Amino acid sequence: MNAVREIGRRNAIRGGLALAASLALPSIARTQTSARVVVIGGGFGGAACARALKQFDAKLQVTLVEPNKVFTACPFSNEVIAGLRDIGAQQFGYEKIAAAGIDVVANAAAKVDPQVHRVTLADGSTLSYDRLVLAPGIEVRFDALSGYDEAASRKMPHAWQAGEQTLLLRRQIESMDDGGVVAIAVPANPLRCPPAPYERASLIAYYLKQHKPRSKVLILDAKDNFSQQRLFEKAWHEIYDGMIERISLSDGGRATAVDPATNTIVTEFGDHVAQVANVIPPQRAGRIAQVAGAADKTGWCPIDPMTFASKLLPDVHVIGDACLGGGIPKSAAAASAQGRACARAIVNGLAGKAPETPRLTGICYDTVAPGYAFSLAGLYQPKDDMFAEIEGGGTSALDAPREVRAREAEAAQSWYRTITEETFG
Amino acid sequence: MASALINVPKRAKRGDVIEIRALTSHIMETGYRRTAAGEVIPRDIITSFTCRYNGREIFRADMFPAIAANPYLSFFTTANESGTFAFEWIGDNGFSQTASAAITVE
Repeated sequence: MNAVREIGRRNAIRGGLALAASLALPSIARTQTSARVVVIGGGFGGAACARALKQFDAKLQVTLVEPNKVFTACPFSNEVIAGLRDIGAQQFGYEKIAAAGIDVVANAAAKVDPQVHRVTLADGSTLSYDRLVLAPGIEVRFDALSGYDEAASRKMPHAWQAGEQTLLLRRQIESMDDGGVVAIAVPANPLRCPPAPYERASLIAYYLKQHKPRSKVLILDAKDNFSQQRLFEKAWHEIYDGMIERISLSDGGRATAVDPATNTIVTEFGDHVAQVANVIPPQRAGRIAQVAGAADKTGWCPIDPMTFASKLLPDVHVIGDACLGGGIPKSAAAASAQGRACARAIVNGLAGKAPETPRLTGICYDTVAPGYAFSLAGLYQPKDDMFAEIEGGGTSALDAPREVRAREAEAAQSWYRTITEETFG
Repeated sequence: MASALINVPKRAKRGDVIEIRALTSHIMETGYRRTAAGEVIPRDIITSFTCRYNGREIFRADMFPAIAANPYLSFFTTANESGTFAFEWIGDNGFSQTASAAITVE
């Protein structure tokens, strides 16, 4: 990784000189040389955007800022929790991205100065940009549930950012006695990957059914209705009859506090002591988006859906989970599609061309057991200043036979191989 | 589905300000909606909620069609004696529901 760092430093110096030069030149001249685009965040959105920028215009100087040398993907991480998959299958390096001519800077962004178009990294070095893309994903809020701070998350894992938290939850479930309760506290919308808590409940039930059949999964939900609800509930009835219990918002399921000492989740109308407590707290846009000032009071970043341009900061674009995407769910597939569309908008913008209307597709697979999955495909276009779902999407049929569910499970695997290969391979 | 949920502290010190929560499952049909055939769906709402602490009314709410389904109320009172909180919801079509919870004040 030393080589990567060196490239980063060289770029930082180059960036500084280019900025000095740019102050003396009209902006049109600057864009005719090689414009500099900095992308913060190397997940599905940021990595796809960086690669697409370079693909659409090989002359662009593209820098990807990502502190983790290895990316751990969230899609399919519920299978890691259930012991069906190794964490290694979730992990990808940035070598191929660097080989595509992108400067990969293994450092965290600490500050953004939008007025002077400059990013300051954690080590104090700086990067200048003509366009900045923020793709920081989510930040788990440690101020939303009383008692749930970072220390509490080491006892009651959220496992909502894949990696050590995923493995911690897996170990807790593996060491639980038969007859225990695994509680999952689910926040209100918006959250990263809306159907994922219910996929997680399903796959944990699958593990328990094989290894600890007297145990239960208890979902404490801050929502009354959820994505793909009828498909999930049908599958639960068919496969896990009685093993998964859900207390909805109207039944008093919204968590308000936790007590890590006793592994208790406190809801509006009761206390629930769990052997394993998976607390998924409310979320907001990743920290750098907050620090930069790209997020509004909702905690998320308002954008122009035509270009993903921030409504709050000039020459800054926000993609993926961090942006206010209207009808688009916060998912890997959506982030990847947004990354490419944003790259197109930036390249067009730098060339002085009018933006093209982005038409995004997002697909989300939910696996409830090995060989049993269903999906939701959506098409999204800007409408009235937001993204709206348009005709043409679809969801799996409620009464589809098992062979269809099995085919969807294979399609899910294939989707994962494709998106990770396109992004990191 | 639980029909009424209440949350009252089991014990409190005399003079403590305590939070009381009450939720009941109810459709709260406004009376303004129509079916696909154009017929008005009749109003069906809760019209009043009361809470009595050892028989004395300490909280009352009148409800209207703008209140969402499954109304959830949270309010505060001062714990001054051991006893019972009694809750009552009354609504259209003879809807009536009660619940109660005990508190020990030390």
